[in-house]
Amino acid sequence: MQKLTTPFIVLSAGMLLVAPWIINAAPYESTMGLVQKVFYFHFPVAILFLVSAIICGVNSARVLFWKNERADGWAVAAAELGFVLGALTLVTGPLWARKAWGVWWVWDARLTMSLVLFLTFAAYMLLRRYGGPGSDRLGAGMALFGMVNVPFIYVSVNVWRTLHPMTSVVPTLPTDMGIPLWFCFAAFTMLFVALLNLRATLEHQRTRLEALYLAQDEA
Amino acid sequence: MKIVLLLAMLMIPVTLAADLSTGAVASVEQPQPPAGFEAVDDIPPGEQIPAINIVAAAYGFVWLALLGYVWSLARRLKTVEAELGDLESRKR
Repeated sequence: MQKLTTPFIVLSAGMLLVAPWIINAAPYESTMGLVQKVFYFHFPVAILFLVSAIICGVNSARVLFWKNERADGWAVAAAELGFVLGALTLVTGPLWARKAWGVWWVWDARLTMSLVLFLTFAAYMLLRRYGGPGSDRLGAGMALFGMVNVPFIYVSVNVWRTLHPMTSVVPTLPTDMGIPLWFCFAAFTMLFVALLNLRATLEHQRTRLEALYLAQDEA
Repeated sequence: MKIVLLLAMLMIPVTLAADLSTGAVASVEQPQPPAGFEAVDDIPPGEQIPAINIVAAAYGFVWLALLGYVWSLARRLKTVEAELGDLESRKR
């Protein structure tokens, strides 16, 4: 896995450099026009934002219920990436909305719950940074509730009043719009896997460093 | 017991979400959001805000944020590995 990190970063960076040309070649959407092209990178980062919450939650469960200390590194890595991807989602979305809806933000279920998930990641990171002893277990509990939010965020657009496109948009996408979308999705996913692996390595090295310092103090 | 508890935690939102998506809760008639995208060859008339600026700003922001994050990650990893190497060599 470690060996794949650098090739994944290089390949995804190359794909994301080419992406504007592929996105430019995609047809315009009939009602939103050019601004709908934000979709090609808003969708991948938003989905990976939700995937981060699931990875963080599952690894936190491994920490809480199975005392798997190594899983904590993966949970911290997913939380930090989730925070970054959440910020990207919450910036690209309103930019698209300003043109398509005429407003930057509406307090509908999808947007509000996404903001809550982003704030959960922010709280998790603050807790892990400044919470002191026991913050790992407290953070793990918080991450579980973050993960529980994910199915609601996903189906919210199909259930509650909103201006946000529904989940049926992606499966019914015309082929010439689907190609740029899945190209960008593949690039962002590769970058996500590489960054998650890199961030987890950093956390595992930090744990090792702390153990070495503790052993030195005891000696 | 732990697995049952975890599955229960996960199943509650999944079941609720499935229930909601069947329309069990949404009884008030509401305007429908876009259910699909329709492709056209030309930009539709009535473009008031130059959308190219918005698309470019959004993509530029994604690039800058990700580059910043990769740089920060590489810097932190380098610091920790240097400290680790130093500590291990002193231990020997």
